[in-house]
Amino acid sequence: MNAGRAWRSLRAAAWLGWQIESNWTDPFLFTVYSVAKPVAAAAILVVMYAVATRGDFSSPTFAYIYLGSALYVYVGAVMTGVAFAVIDDRERYRMLRYVYVAPIDFRLYLIGRAVGRFAAATASVLITLAAGIVFFHLDIHPGAIDWPVLVLAMAIGMPMLALLGLGLGGVVMQFAQQSWSVGDAVAGTLFLISGAVFPLDILPAPLRACGFVLPITYWLELVRRALVGRTGFQTFATVGSGKLLVIFSGLTCLLAVAVVASFRWCEQRARERGLLDRTTNY
Amino acid sequence: MLPRLSKATGWQLFVRATLARMYPRVIGANRERTWVFFEVLLPCLSLTAYVLVYRSLHAPPALVSFVVVGGAMGAFWANVMWAMANQLYWEKETGNLALYIIAPMSMMAVLLGMALGGMFNAATRALAIVVVGALLFDVRFSTAHLPMLVLTCVLTMTALYGMGMLFASLFLLFGRETWHLVNLAQEPVHLCAGMYFPVKSLGVWVAAAASVIPLTLGLDAIRQLTIADGPTLGLMAVPWELLGLGFLVAIFLSSARFMLRHMERLAIAEGRLTQSRS
Repeated sequence: MNAGRAWRSLRAAAWLGWQIESNWTDPFLFTVYSVAKPVAAAAILVVMYAVATRGDFSSPTFAYIYLGSALYVYVGAVMTGVAFAVIDDRERYRMLRYVYVAPIDFRLYLIGRAVGRFAAATASVLITLAAGIVFFHLDIHPGAIDWPVLVLAMAIGMPMLALLGLGLGGVVMQFAQQSWSVGDAVAGTLFLISGAVFPLDILPAPLRACGFVLPITYWLELVRRALVGRTGFQTFATVGSGKLLVIFSGLTCLLAVAVVASFRWCEQRARERGLLDRTTNY
Repeated sequence: MLPRLSKATGWQLFVRATLARMYPRVIGANRERTWVFFEVLLPCLSLTAYVLVYRSLHAPPALVSFVVVGGAMGAFWANVMWAMANQLYWEKETGNLALYIIAPMSMMAVLLGMALGGMFNAATRALAIVVVGALLFDVRFSTAHLPMLVLTCVLTMTALYGMGMLFASLFLLFGRETWHLVNLAQEPVHLCAGMYFPVKSLGVWVAAAASVIPLTLGLDAIRQLTIADGPTLGLMAVPWELLGLGFLVAIFLSSARFMLRHMERLAIAEGRLTQSRS
């Protein structure tokens, strides 16, 4: 792949994505909008936890749930963001056909479209974490954070989420009626089986097995560990961070191979059947 | 000479317009089976996640019932925001709003038809969510206070859809912000209304402020009437909540009527209301 072309595709798509995400209002309202939803989602779990445990916020279980909820914002933003770019450009702006024939890398264009959402998600994750530290005494100290694990987990995790989004984008390209709901359905399913806010142990065995082959499960566990050390549940208690990183990297590589192959197939099929310039009006 | 066609006027025209707008909403939303599937699946996924959170924390079973009722009521809230509040803006974007405004009928009838159709659709989804929740998580509901429950549901739905009718007019003033505002009114409202926990846990003053949203009082009253431990976790006695809901019904319906007239006046005076601004 031509590096200059790749960089140009990514940069232009990132700029476009950021404009679409943010220029509908003034910066203040945009910040409120970006932060209110994830903070409210985390707050729902905080209140549920408080009701169930009578406010025992010092337990490591609380850190597990709170961090899982805060970090999952990235899944919604990056993964769904990439997939949603296909629908948005095809159905709403009706520009996908022109983008596709432009001299850019189409896959990097789709990934770039999620950069705006990634930036907004980062702001909301940081604010949610800050709220956790200030209001619920979440035990996060810069000196105690395992920075190498955190940096590695994030450096592999974000491309992993973008890859998932790309795979989903290829699938969404094939649909008409269901395309708006597929992203949310996948994000909801992954939320359930990745152990984001509860341990995998309480899931039925088949769902638990699915959870163990998902890279997101390991990404969440690694970032949680890097921030607060061992978490309250026993699922990965006997597995070291190094081993988790190896598993996570291996699963992400497998995912990359599968996504590149599936996207190529989906793209080919969409081209042959005229799905790229189709407008369904759904 | 051709026979002269009879033309409905007055209340007959109002009823016909209501039914005409209700028809595509009911038929259209149920003809597309995948929509029905996703509209039941998505709430069930989040409902299951919240139930498993409670289970992992060994919470009392009553809280699981709270989540199931909350998930079912969430179907109505999503319908009110996406299919009522957002609807006229959507009609504007697709070019239908001008046709609605010039048609010789009351816009209130159009909104009422949308509301009744939406209520029917949301009720089928909510019922499916309750059944799935009850089967998956072995939740039991009481029907001992059925007349009171019916009254609560009627008042809650009227207040909720009245609010949707008001927002439908209000959101016409906005451009692209509309989609984002509707999107914003999900998790924060789920939090304020106590969708997955007793609203009393937020504290009396926060819960009282959140009672401006009909979902808060309606949800709390329905839980008190259908869940065994509901009354001990309720915000206030059910009759007071019904009184509050009655007040909200009056406020939202009269405000919706006022706003709609205002919008129609603006449409005629400025001629720009039906222009897409996105």
